[in-house]
Amino acid sequence: MKFYDLHLHVPVNDFGLAERMIKKAKWLGYTGIGVPLPPSVSDATLSQLRRLCSNCDVDMATRIDLSPRNPDELLSQLRKYRRRFEIVAVSCRHNPVARQAAKDRRVDLLSFPAEAFRNRCYFDAASAKLSKSGLASLEVDVCQLILATSYDRIHLLAILRRETKMATKFSVPIILSSGAKTENLMHKSQDLAAIAYLFDMPSDYAIRAVSESPSSILGRNRAKLLPSFVAPGIRIIKQGDC
Amino acid sequence: MKSVRRRYLAIEIDVARKIEERELKNAVWNAVGRLFGEYGASKTDFALIRYDATENFAVFRCANASVEAFRASLALITEIGQEPVTIHVLGVSGTLKSLKGRYPNVRQ
Repeated sequence: MKFYDLHLHVPVNDFGLAERMIKKAKWLGYTGIGVPLPPSVSDATLSQLRRLCSNCDVDMATRIDLSPRNPDELLSQLRKYRRRFEIVAVSCRHNPVARQAAKDRRVDLLSFPAEAFRNRCYFDAASAKLSKSGLASLEVDVCQLILATSYDRIHLLAILRRETKMATKFSVPIILSSGAKTENLMHKSQDLAAIAYLFDMPSDYAIRAVSESPSSILGRNRAKLLPSFVAPGIRIIKQGDC
Repeated sequence: MKSVRRRYLAIEIDVARKIEERELKNAVWNAVGRLFGEYGASKTDFALIRYDATENFAVFRCANASVEAFRASLALITEIGQEPVTIHVLGVSGTLKSLKGRYPNVRQ
């Protein structure tokens, strides 16, 4: 089985640490990683990262994390960056943004940051219904749970339990990612799946969340980014005079 | 009486310094106790079977029904004695004998 961690914060300005993290990802059994990159990332940095990954036999996917303040800003950012990155994740801090991101087929992942619990926006039934018709999956960053302590962890578990229930009810795929910024926060895929047990995620669903679901997102997006892609179900197979 | 089914977990401790056996036990007890409380911890029925401080390798035993809970507790341990630490489960087995075959560090 192939395992993917679609949210691994490999530093783009420290290639020594980047190499160690990529090697550790390989040791932990990951086939591929998603590396969040700044929009202004240079081609040289990108090719260096790709080289490090190919040396370790790890499949690297480029990812952008969008944090729009309103739906209009989200649409303009999607127009600008969708074709430049393999994975587009939207950090939903407001409900209108979450709704827009859920229904837009250009968005791959919806993440709900756990910075301020009181003002946290949730993956609710409305977003879940829209995600079902779109292509967005719900992303759960396990490092939020690892780093949270006492009351914060209890509260976060309750929220994740509710969101997982909503996603399973509406058949929205869930992606489990590490969200790791350091080597210490990196865990095996089976350990991530075990952590999902804490918010009542069924074990087969949890294993799918680190293997099949991220793999299908990557496959779909890579096919779309090919020059031969025209529209879903339509691609150029031969060019020339008819 | 029906015997309790158990599982053996081979783990590797990713840490910069040597960890004492007592420190490891305390960290795991605290993690399981904090997450599941005394009642939940008693249901996991875990015990440290082997510990190799030089290789940072250990074997824990727990109840078969509580493997996921125990594994989650191990994954949530981030420090032991103020030292950043990560615990990786290398493998899970039904018998110590089969773990020994897979990991030479498991000594009888």
